[in-house]
Amino acid sequence: MHLLETNKLTAFYGDFQALYGIDMLLDNGETIAIIGANGAGKSTFLKSVAGLIRGAADSVLLDGTPIGARPAADIVKLGIALVPEGRRLFPSLTVEENLLIGGYGRKAAGPWTLDRVYSLFPILRERRSSAPSTLSGGQQQMVAIGRALMSNPRVLLCDEISLGLAPIVIADIYAALPQIKVEGSSVVLVEQDIVKAMKVADRVYCFQEGRLSLAGPPRDLTREQIHRAYFGS
Amino acid sequence: MTDWLDALIQGVLLGGLYALFAAGLSLMFGVMRLVNLAHGDLIVLAAFAILTVASTFGLDPFAAVVLAIPILFVVGFVLQHVLLNRTLGRDLLPPLLVTFGLSIIIQNGLLQVFSADSQRLRAGAIETASIPLGGGIAVGVVPLLTLMSAIAVIVFLNFIFYRTPVGRAFRATSDDLEVAQLMGVDVNRIFAVAMGLAFVVIAIAALYLGLRANFDPTIGPARLLYAFEAVIIGGLGSFWGTLAGGIVLGVAQTIGARIDPEWQILAGHLAFLVVLAVRPRGLFPRAQD
Ligand SMILES: Nc1ncnc2c1ncn2[C@@H]1O[C@H](COP(=O)(O)OP(=O)(O)OP(=O)(O)O)[C@@H](O)[C@H]1O
Ligand SMILES: [Mg+2]
Repeated sequence: MHLLETNKLTAFYGDFQALYGIDMLLDNGETIAIIGANGAGKSTFLKSVAGLIRGAADSVLLDGTPIGARPAADIVKLGIALVPEGRRLFPSLTVEENLLIGGYGRKAAGPWTLDRVYSLFPILRERRSSAPSTLSGGQQQMVAIGRALMSNPRVLLCDEISLGLAPIVIADIYAALPQIKVEGSSVVLVEQDIVKAMKVADRVYCFQEGRLSLAGPPRDLTREQIHRAYFGS
Repeated sequence: MTDWLDALIQGVLLGGLYALFAAGLSLMFGVMRLVNLAHGDLIVLAAFAILTVASTFGLDPFAAVVLAIPILFVVGFVLQHVLLNRTLGRDLLPPLLVTFGLSIIIQNGLLQVFSADSQRLRAGAIETASIPLGGGIAVGVVPLLTLMSAIAVIVFLNFIFYRTPVGRAFRATSDDLEVAQLMGVDVNRIFAVAMGLAFVVIAIAALYLGLRANFDPTIGPARLLYAFEAVIIGGLGSFWGTLAGGIVLGVAQTIGARIDPEWQILAGHLAFLVVLAVRPRGLFPRAQD
């Protein structure tokens, strides 16, 4: 049995079909990366897993349990947390309140507490009472990740956590990944930076226009294969 | 001189009543962006509820409101959960239509059950008691209690909003409905809790409405107007702003009435228009958004 599995997952925005039958696997302790061009459906996939877009119950399985039809507020309690695209911090909450609300629905005790998040991202401790809008982009991304961790997720979904950040800041954020994995989260990364994705992922999935165009461990994939899967033709 | 000072003091105290009308409205708008056109009628409904509890059990209105509060919390919770949540969405029109309909239903329902007679909550000697301040000025005990209750309500709401997990959920939901759900917030439930809380405030507002003046089933819409004006004068998004808005409105009315008794209501509306013209976002707008 896999930790997380999607079965012929489809997703719609009204009449528009954004995903066509995505099959994906994630096992305990793994990191997988999803790559693909703009509009390929990467964010839609994460939103479907997180319950913001609901589908058939058995299109998403967590530990073999069908959860595809459950609402987002239930999904996070079951152990899947999403770091949304664009960070989307709560502007009227302080940094610390943003972190605290991340643990709002949590049921079981787990490794992640305010203190543990602050030791992962020490700068946040200094900025704990600030409004998120006064933080740098990198610091905001740290809050978004910390907020998701506060639910003690077994699966952490990250949507373009490096977008718009300077390379040195990206390195800082990626440096947190091993610690996050040590604490027991498996990770799904959506990443525009293919090189970065190949470096950290156990397996890479490439989306193209709502379909899976390629999947496999980075070492098995050639540049040509990836190029074709990414751009088509 | 004493006359004006007296008008000012009475106006501030009256502002407490308007702040109580406005606080519930402000809460509903703040959390769920709901413009509740039935707010005034709900206050009148709550006044009748207190009246009924008081007369059925032979209670003082102050005791009756304590009994009515949990009942009204549940009524608010259920109203939001089974009805109003269904109307909320991208479109602003459905909640307006539904609360407008609710307003008419409440007014007619009350007319059916209680007739058009005006009613009053009777509390005995306290109704007419006053405290002399010297210089020929005295403040009524009930108006003073009104203002103190308004302040207590605002302190309480601020405590809930800024010091408790449910308050964080209120603010997060109001910021970003979608991401709040990712945090495990059951939005329908949190809205229902907010409405329950608003009904508690409505119950307290209704107590003073009924103690200070006569009420009948038709006076709701005018209370709604005062509540709107206080919220907008104060600036959306701050409960203390709501108190300030209520006081501006109250003072304008009593000063206006001192100039000419017929000007009372008009002076309040004029003050509202002046504030709107000078500070369109109110006296204490929210820093964000
Ligand atoms: N809210 C929405 N309503 C309608 N269509 C949408 C919506 N969100 C996304 N889409 C469409 O669904 C498709 C997939 O979008 P999605 O955001 O999942 O892509 P993505 O791979 O995350 O792209 P990006 O790299 O730009 O973030 C696109 O064609 C997009 O236009
Ligand atoms: Mg995206």
